[in-house]
Amino acid sequence: MHAYILRRLLYAIPILIGVNLLTFTLFFVVNTPDDMARLQLGAKHVTPEAIERWKTEHGYDRPLLLNRDAAGMAQLTDTIFFRHSAAMFAFEFGKGDDGRDIGTEIRTRMGPSLAIALPVFVIGLLVNISFALLMVFFRASYLDVGGVVLCVVLMSISGLFYIIAGQYFIAKLWNLLPISGFADGIAAWKFIVLPVLVGVVSGIGSGARWYRTIFLEEIGKDYVRTARAKGLPEARVLFHHVLKNGMIPILTGAVVVLPLLFMGSLITESFFGIPGLGSYTIDAIQAQDFAVVRAMVFLGAFLYIVGLILTDISYSWVDPRVRLQ
Amino acid sequence: MTLKGFLLLGLGVLAGCSGAWNNPYPGDAPDANVLYSGFAERPKHLDPARSYSANEVEFTGQIYEPPLQYHFLKRPYELIPLTAEAVPRPRFFDAAGKPLPDDAPSAAIAESHYEIRIRPGIRYQPHPAFARDETGRYRYHALTEAELADKRRIGDFEHTGTRELVAADYVYQIKRLAHPRLSSPIYGLMSEHIVGLKALGEALQQAAKANPGVAPDVADFPLAGAEVVDRYTYRIRIRGKYPQFIYWLAMPFFAPVPWEAEAFYGQPGMADRNLTLDWQPVGSGPFYLAENDPNRRMVLKKNPYFHGETYPSDGADADRAAGLLADAGKSLPFLDAAVFSLEKETIPYWSKFLQGYYDSSGISSDSFDQAIQFGASGDPQLTGSMREKDIRLLTVGATSLWYVGFNMLDPVVGGLGEDRSKLRQALSIAFDYEEFISIFLNGRGSPAQGPIPPGIFGHVAGAAGINPYVYEVRDGRVQRKSIEVARQLLAEAGYPNGRNAKTGEPLVLYFDTMASGPDAKARLDWIKKQLDKLEVQLVVRGTDYNRFQDKIRKGNAQLFEWGWNADYPDPENFLFLLYGPHKKVGTGGENAANYDNPEFNRLFERMKDMDNGPARQAVIDEMLEIVRRDAPWIFAYYPKSFGLTHGWVHNVKPNLMANNTLKYRRIDPELRAARRAQWNAPVLWPLGLMGLAVIAAIAPAVVAWRRHESGVA
Repeated sequence: MHAYILRRLLYAIPILIGVNLLTFTLFFVVNTPDDMARLQLGAKHVTPEAIERWKTEHGYDRPLLLNRDAAGMAQLTDTIFFRHSAAMFAFEFGKGDDGRDIGTEIRTRMGPSLAIALPVFVIGLLVNISFALLMVFFRASYLDVGGVVLCVVLMSISGLFYIIAGQYFIAKLWNLLPISGFADGIAAWKFIVLPVLVGVVSGIGSGARWYRTIFLEEIGKDYVRTARAKGLPEARVLFHHVLKNGMIPILTGAVVVLPLLFMGSLITESFFGIPGLGSYTIDAIQAQDFAVVRAMVFLGAFLYIVGLILTDISYSWVDPRVRLQ
Repeated sequence: MTLKGFLLLGLGVLAGCSGAWNNPYPGDAPDANVLYSGFAERPKHLDPARSYSANEVEFTGQIYEPPLQYHFLKRPYELIPLTAEAVPRPRFFDAAGKPLPDDAPSAAIAESHYEIRIRPGIRYQPHPAFARDETGRYRYHALTEAELADKRRIGDFEHTGTRELVAADYVYQIKRLAHPRLSSPIYGLMSEHIVGLKALGEALQQAAKANPGVAPDVADFPLAGAEVVDRYTYRIRIRGKYPQFIYWLAMPFFAPVPWEAEAFYGQPGMADRNLTLDWQPVGSGPFYLAENDPNRRMVLKKNPYFHGETYPSDGADADRAAGLLADAGKSLPFLDAAVFSLEKETIPYWSKFLQGYYDSSGISSDSFDQAIQFGASGDPQLTGSMREKDIRLLTVGATSLWYVGFNMLDPVVGGLGEDRSKLRQALSIAFDYEEFISIFLNGRGSPAQGPIPPGIFGHVAGAAGINPYVYEVRDGRVQRKSIEVARQLLAEAGYPNGRNAKTGEPLVLYFDTMASGPDAKARLDWIKKQLDKLEVQLVVRGTDYNRFQDKIRKGNAQLFEWGWNADYPDPENFLFLLYGPHKKVGTGGENAANYDNPEFNRLFERMKDMDNGPARQAVIDEMLEIVRRDAPWIFAYYPKSFGLTHGWVHNVKPNLMANNTLKYRRIDPELRAARRAQWNAPVLWPLGLMGLAVIAAIAPAVVAWRRHESGVA
């Protein structure tokens, strides 16, 4: 197991280099260092000298990938790519173009993102699985059909609608919770309830339908027939045997996103005024802040790899037949 | 615990919350003397050498104090002293350094000297950079890593101090404009005007290169153009004559910065904790930044060391009638604090404004119909629901301009020949901006007649100020000329019925824009429709901000949409956009149309150095005639700004030049608390209904489940 994890972590290095290179290339195909300087310096009174000074100050006055004027290894190391990328492998993200330390920002914003994403994930998972099992329990009945129709209806509605409707009814019309905002410590609860509620409800349609499909596939298998033949109550068959055997596809989808919960949600954070990492990323893209964009893409790729490793580990946990070598 | 008990407990927890359940400020007293506002985009810079955009100056304007400010009430805008004892008048000198009279010709003036004397006794806000120990040494100027370990915010430093503001602080800041690390947006402009600033910038850049990793201290470098005369007086030397420089002295760029702040923030480890002067300002203004979390909220608090200032007692009769002089002579600021919360989306902002959680609001297009209706005479009025809440409407014509520019270097639409001018005039008539303002701006604008918007000297209102090439007075009303006139002009330009008279080819024009997406489609369709009237084809080239700027810079655009917002209330700040030597192509100036009319240029050079008065107006009139005839721009519209405030907010008068008006704002916190309580009583029946709905949904399932489980297989 340990050798497997170590090997997977080592595989991650070339993947991260590749992701970094791809991000770098895509970013600088769209934006030049001059564009970045202009955006930072504002629309008025920007002179070519000011642009050159900004580039020099922020280390964007070098060649992008290959410095032909340098000698030896410096041809590769004295470039924008190397200078802005190498330190990330030590999780040193440097500073954004606005001068703020990216590592500090990530640490600060991770908490609010998790405060929303984690409850949405956990409660959503429980609600979706329970609802899916209920539909399976009443399969081929009106309740099942009604549940599927409800899921399709819920899936067909835009995520934005849930946010706006939630804010309108619960916060504006009924004055039950704040429309948006955030607070530190325990006072944050009243700002978390509404986005979590919206997040859970908006995910029921797709989540429950997906799990229903998984459970329906399981329920036709021999071990289920055997369990019923033994006289086990249907609830025990479903919640004990079917649920456990249906865990592998559930884990495939669920565990892999677990680390990515840190990254937050772009729209939810924006509408509810949550100071998380989702809004940080979208702000950086809009501001053409390459330092932040590459840091967030790097972090996202790293967490995704961690998620995949965790998924593999969880397979062996829920299914003893799976062995990691 | 039973379901009923659980629900009761939940309701008890909610009821235990202070104030209304939906109160987004859980820790604040409901009747606190605090103003609540929001910001959609977090400020990038709060260093006065760098902050320029409106969302940055909204904060720095309250914290830093340049020597001058704009009078809060008087119109036209008038500069008055802030920390200075008086508004300085420039003294002129020739190349030999001999003094010249005030009316000396511009050509003879080699330098203008502005000598500014600040008032003694002004002190900075409390800040750890000034804190000293018993021996008089600075407590926090030589911090070790261990001492910094638990410091994350300015409030984590136990001791604070202050000191008196001196002239050297202003000189220090002027030098900072040249620092390469700061990339001040006005360095390029000011290095053309302030004696020695360019050389200082180069010297600092060389010093930075020679010693990488160590930021050079501007105090070690001389600047001939800014010198301390005595403890409270400093002098700025300007090349030649630059009358508009006085306006820059009312902007935070020229506010004082104490050297102690740089010494404090420049220590190793500070920047890693986001403790920088760019994020934690140190000023002498009425407020200081007590909490800076631009990801969530920023809080300004009353500066306990504020030098004192009183509410203005002179204003117009209209100001008195509006109650704007009720606080005349009272000490400023009125507020104890102002809380700015990050609110990126307009819908939550608007909803919270209606709940009383924001004190003022703009009006987005989503909520326009809910807030505004137009009277029989076309004047905007509040809707009944707004009046019921005692919400007030404020409208003001922005000192801004939008235009459609022609690239004057373009072979089809550019050039100064009569035929090209007629082509551009025809297009100017075809673009029906009255319709545009009605459809897309909800009436929040007025058709532009020239490059100078209302509120700026040189603008002439009414029939006397119309653009005679596009408008005419018919039946006593100013009206756009008919499309037949435009067709006739187009034919005279060589394009009868939109086709080249020589080749028969249709006239195809290209419109470059940054607008994209579904919202922009309607506007772009409208633009195409305007040219359809002349049977001219229009190809819209949508692009991103970078590519658009690039096209304009290289002169690759043909028609494009652009705007300008006044830096200061002087016609020079608009007419320079058409000054030939400021062409975008080649010089990188602000003349995006690359218009270059020698006569206009000559008049501009004369006008920019003149004082406001009939002589200057006459020159401006001549310039306007030239530019209207040549039509390098389609003068689109002057935007109008609509804002709303609650009835408990007082002393609100839009001032588009001043950025330090928070100190005049007064609120009635008791009234606000009462209204909030009235408007935000929780509605509980939906909770009961939802509970019943859940039970109704679950009950059949439970019944069916039990029946299933008890059934025989």
